[in-house]
Parts: sequence; structure tokens; C-alpha cells
Amino acid sequence: MLALKDAITFAWQALRANISRTLLMLLATGIGVASVVILTSLGEGARRYVSNEFSSLGTNLLIVVPGKNDTAGANPMTMFGVAERDLTIDDARALMQHPKISYLAPFNFGTADVTWRGHKRETPIQGSTAALLKLRKWKIKQGKFLPDTDMDQANPVVVIGSNIRDELFGAHAAMGQWIRIGDRRFRVIGILSDEGQSMGLSVKDAVIIPVAAAQALFNTSSLFRIFLEVKTHEAIPEVTSFIIRTIKARHQGKEDITIVTQDAILTTFNTILNSLTYAVGGIAAISLLVAGILIMNVMLVAVSQRTHEIGLLKSLGASSRIVLYLILIEAALLTLLGAFAGLLVGHLGSWGIRLAFPVLPAYPPLWASIASVLVALVSGMLFSLLPARKASRLDPVIALARH
Amino acid sequence: MIKLENIHRNFQVGEQTVHALDNINLEISKGEYLSVMGPSGSGKSTLLNLLGLLDRPSSGNYYLDNQDTTQLDEEQLAAKRNRYIGFVFQTFHLIPRLTAAENIELPLVLAGVDEKIRKQKVAAALQSMRLANRAEHKPQQLSGGQRQRVAIARATITNPAILLADEPTGNLDQKSGLNVVETLEQLNDKGITLIVVTHDAALGSRARRAIRMLDGRIESDSQQDSTNAGA
Repeated sequence: MLALKDAITFAWQALRANISRTLLMLLATGIGVASVVILTSLGEGARRYVSNEFSSLGTNLLIVVPGKNDTAGANPMTMFGVAERDLTIDDARALMQHPKISYLAPFNFGTADVTWRGHKRETPIQGSTAALLKLRKWKIKQGKFLPDTDMDQANPVVVIGSNIRDELFGAHAAMGQWIRIGDRRFRVIGILSDEGQSMGLSVKDAVIIPVAAAQALFNTSSLFRIFLEVKTHEAIPEVTSFIIRTIKARHQGKEDITIVTQDAILTTFNTILNSLTYAVGGIAAISLLVAGILIMNVMLVAVSQRTHEIGLLKSLGASSRIVLYLILIEAALLTLLGAFAGLLVGHLGSWGIRLAFPVLPAYPPLWASIASVLVALVSGMLFSLLPARKASRLDPVIALARH
Repeated sequence: MIKLENIHRNFQVGEQTVHALDNINLEISKGEYLSVMGPSGSGKSTLLNLLGLLDRPSSGNYYLDNQDTTQLDEEQLAAKRNRYIGFVFQTFHLIPRLTAAENIELPLVLAGVDEKIRKQKVAAALQSMRLANRAEHKPQQLSGGQRQRVAIARATITNPAILLADEPTGNLDQKSGLNVVETLEQLNDKGITLIVVTHDAALGSRARRAIRMLDGRIESDSQQDSTNAGA
């Protein structure tokens, strides 16, 4: 029986003898594999990006959201839950008593015009307390953050990010200036350092005022969220039940809040983004099927061009099985070469993406590399079965007949 | 060595059945030198394909070395071809991308012979065919006579008992044709059974035994002087 090594040598010589046909098929398979690798690396990059964002917020973070959602936080829609009963500053103050909470920040949010000497920008305004700085792990570049006063106190002070400073003040000094937010005036007391982001919103664009001032500005007594950080990860269940008990007692026995943990959000995003990665990987894998069909057609042409050769092989004692084997080895060699070329291009491509967009950790997942090579191989082999069978069934008498 | 009993081979051409071979009975002993002649369509090529196990009879029995080959399956027939039969074709049928040495080596590769032994046998075959300095040449770099000698080396590399030549000189000029015929005859002198199918009366008359075919039948089967003087 024909040895594998000799079969590979024979197939290799056949591939080299038909270099343009070979390159065409390598290209088809290579593009398929490379697109799987690059697209999944983008999906994976998005997943890692989100994951990093969340861990920068601290893993012991709890978010109290007004309104009860029965799916208990494993659903990002709770972020937009509608309250039955508003969360208030008094609720936040009641929660602060627990000894295992290290920081607690009430949070409010709205959009308003920010103006200084005719420079105007409409921007999101965040209302909170001094604790937000520690919760968000931000840093102050200049001045100081919101003063550590009682939550009720609506001091007319504001802390801004560098973009806002540049847009409003340009080359002027921002510190100590009075700016107008909506119909109120605030004094700039601090500028945030550019490091870090928060949920897609750049720190550079932040405008932060005391939570009581934000309530007055947006004419509301409710809170959008309460952020709190628990001292240890183990204390999360204890603190969670404390929060539910406390709020229930304060809201006439109604449990009308949802507590979102960092883990739950992260799990949700991981699930979504992993599905996304599988989906784009799957779509890219369709190109491998297309490559398979191309291989089938080109192999069919190759088989009819090599009718004489196949007839000759049979006359030299090759059985149908050996002919089938030789053609399949040729297809396997071709798809493997194409697949590895594609892997190389794909990994280079995602490296290029990481260079061009350093925020996006676009590392192709290992499974994508393995699966794309396997899919290429399987599709190449399956689609070569037809031409290989055609070749193996050639009648040598007819194949060798003189023209 | 070879025994054909009541061999029929029919082809279906449209609605008509063509009797390419019509009740052939033939015995060929080991070491014979046989020519098969006849006009086109007389069935000589069909006979050759059948003898070479490339084709199966519609009915009848073909004994090769006392074994009935009509009972064998595809795999077994392929193995028998590899061991017993060598083919030499009019158009050489060399694989253009392979060197002379690689073409000669091919039957041994297909049979799974060890590489070391292969190289020795190929080197010896190149030597005896006076092709040693052409080993690394591709077919298109060789003359017609050289190509046919490569084909003969390939056909005989497995030491087959039977060498089937189908118009072996048909594409060659007279000088290299003669050279090829002499090469074949030398192999016959060493014991190989040589069967030559040809139109060429001169070539046919060199064989010790001549068969004439007509309309799928053996018209005559005669011993001739084997003086090699016909050419």
C-alpha cells in the first residue's frame, strides 16, 4: 500500500505543477480563515474592553436601582427600570449606617446647557457626593473634588473633565471661574485627570455637581441610582439583604428596588458579547464553505484535465481506493496550507488592529483559530469527495484512450 | 501463463451491441513473443486491455498463472496489474511534472516499496536503459525514443511477467523505433512475455508468434521465423 509520505510528495508535486490553480485555492481558504480570526478577535476585543471597564469600577460595587425587576439584575434592562416609589437622599443616608459599606454615593443624572462667556455646550450633568471619586477610582488633576459635606447641601460648585475645560475656557484658567449650568451658577473647584472611563462616557466630558444641586437643577427629589462599595466580596449577600430590609421598611413594606451586582452585569455582557463573537465567527465561517465549493469546482476541472494521469496510475496498479486517497490528500494539503496562511494573516491582522486601536484588546480567541482550521479542512475534504470519487471511478480504458 | 476461454466482450453503442471480442480462446506461455495485428476495430486493443486487466470480459474466463481473474475484485485486480503487468503505450503516458527517475519509480511508490530499495532499482533501470544521465530530466526535455525507454523502464520496474506494448513505435521515427523494439526484445530474451499490438507489418513480423484479428475473432495464429530479420 502506498505510503502517506509518498502520497504527500505526489500531491505536492501536482500542486506545484499547477501553481496558479493552487494559489487561487490557497487564497480562497486563506481569506476564509483570516476573516474568522479577525472578526472573532474584534468580538473578543469588545468583550475584554467591557470587562475591563467594569473591573475598573471595582468588583465589590453594588448598584441600587429604583423599581423591581423579577429577573433580579441578570438583565441589563433593569438599568432602565421604572420606579414605583422614588429612591431619595434619605434612603441613601439610611443605607450608609451599615459598617461593611466602605463608600456610598447617591447619583443623579440629567442633561443641561453649560455656558461660560458665550461658550456653550449641552452635556450630561452628574450629581453625586465626594464618595463618587473613590467609587469611580478617578483622579483629580487640579483643585479638589466635591466637598465631603452632607448630601442635602447644594453647594454651587462643579468639577469638570478636560474636554469641557478646553471647550469652555480654551486658554483661560478655569479654576475659580463661575459657569452657568441650566439657570444656576457654579464655581469650578476641580478638574479631573483624564485616566479612566465610566460606562462609555469619557471622564474628559464629565460635569459633576453636588447631588442636592442636581436635584434642584432638574427639579426632582428622586435619585437615579445609589452606588455603594462593599468592604469585602464575602459581605455582598449580607449588605444586599440589609439594603432590601432597610428600603422595604422605609417604603411601606414594598420591595421596590433592584440591586445590581458587578458580577451580574459582567456575566450578562460576557454572554452577549460571546454570542456576538460566535455569530460573527459563524458568518465568517460561511466564507470557508464558499472556499470549499471553489475547491470542489477547481478539483473537478483538475480531475478532468488529469484523466490520462489517473488512467495511467490505474494501469500501473493503483486501485480506485488509492486514486481516491491521492486526490483527497491533495485537497487536504491544499486546505491545510491555505488555512495556515489564513491563520498567519488573521493573527497579523488582529495584531494590526491592536496597534491601531490600543483600547480594543483584539486578541483572537484560541477556539476560533482551531475551529476555523478544522472547518476549512472538513469543508475542503467534503467538497473534494465528489471530484475524488469521479476520478477513482474513471474507466482506465477510456482514460487512456488515444484522442 | 495466460489462458483465455470463450472470451466475449460486448459494448453497447446506442441500441446496437458491438461484439468487440467474439469467443476468443488463446493460450500464451511464459516467455513468448507475440504480435497482435489487424485493422482498426478488429478488437486488438480490447484484447490488450483485457489481457492487462484494465477491462473485464462480458463472459468467459481469463486465467493468469492458473488463477481465474474474472473472480477478482477491483483491489485485487489492481494488485495483480502492479505485480504481473507492464504497459507500454504509443503516447508514452509519462507524467510531465515528474522527472524520468520519478516516473520510473511510480509503480514502486504505488506498491508501497521502501524508498531505499526503490532508489536502487530505479538507478539500475536507468543504467540498463542507457538513461543514467537523463535521470533528473523532465519528459519534455527528452527525445521520443528516450521517453519510450523511460516508459519501458517504468513498465518493467516491478519485474512483471508480461509486457504489453500498444503500438510502441507509433510515435517514433524509424531509428529510435528500432532502438525501442530492440530494447523490448532484449527484455523478452531475459524471459519476459512480450505482447505487441501493432498496425506495422514490419514490427509484427519480428515476433515468433503472430495473431491476426478481424471483427473480434482470431483469424490466424501462426509461428514465424524468429530471425528478427523482418525490419
